[in-house]
Amino acid sequence: MREISLNILDIAQNSISAQASLIQITIEEDTALQRLTVSIEDNGCGMSEEKVKSVTNPFYTTRTTRKVGLGIPFFKMAAEMTGGSFDIASSEGVGTRLSAVFCTGHIDCMPLGDVNSTVCTLIQCNPSIDFVYTYWCDGCAFTADTRRFKEILNGVPIETAEVMAFVRSFLEENTASVRQDALQKSKSPHNQ
Amino acid sequence: MKSLEELKALRDKMAANMGIREDDSDNIRIVVGMATCGIAAGARPVLHALTEEVAKRGLKNVTVAQTGCIGICQYEPVVEVFCPGKEKITYVKMTPEKAVRIVNDHIVNGNPVNEYTIGSTVK
Repeated sequence: MREISLNILDIAQNSISAQASLIQITIEEDTALQRLTVSIEDNGCGMSEEKVKSVTNPFYTTRTTRKVGLGIPFFKMAAEMTGGSFDIASSEGVGTRLSAVFCTGHIDCMPLGDVNSTVCTLIQCNPSIDFVYTYWCDGCAFTADTRRFKEILNGVPIETAEVMAFVRSFLEENTASVRQDALQKSKSPHNQ
Repeated sequence: MKSLEELKALRDKMAANMGIREDDSDNIRIVVGMATCGIAAGARPVLHALTEEVAKRGLKNVTVAQTGCIGICQYEPVVEVFCPGKEKITYVKMTPEKAVRIVNDHIVNGNPVNEYTIGSTVK
């Protein structure tokens, strides 16, 4: 994996396999502290305590084509090798929550990459699942909620090309504007 | 800035054009392997290129979807094309550029791109 956003795409596949109907992805960037926090939360089938312990082991997998499962181990490693941390909590019948903290100043920290592309891919390939994506940058934020989009669409499929083009530019333009707001805030003399 | 108002306008425009849905029996499915192996090898830009090209050409009877690990991780990104009544074609070591050619040659013109298939890659 070359980008954190690709890890997110990969980890979200676990939530899809867990038959989640709602997946929440949150990214928080703190440029002053040089911290990036990624969290993925689903309302899928969840896992037993024993299973939660084994998922970070690369030699544990539920698939049958191979004896290795590298999704969660890769994500954990990517965070921990920057001096950050990884955490997973799950409850059967309730869902699973993962979070990882990356120290962005560390030389081994991967770039965040194209998260908007990850979110678009997830929405487009899983139109029956709802996604809530929240992006925070130094205290400024925006949220994209497919439940809200679908309410407005009123039956027009979200995965159609025209709607997805809207979703993509919605994500891109809001990300840019949140970053701009954060920058303005940091320059403002009242902030110091 | 994109607002939800724009989405409302888009819905109204699209709702007017809906209702003419082509018969599902001639639906072509393009499936991209999106497990850890596929994603790490670059499946996300391949999927994006496929959907962009399908949208650009306005192909109505084509679905682009994802699947898990197909089991041939060393050949990822893998793309499978299912045309009704024909044998499945498996493309390996895909790139966004190859994806565009597959939409044009295979999906639009019906000529599978033999040099990208698993058969010509695995000797």
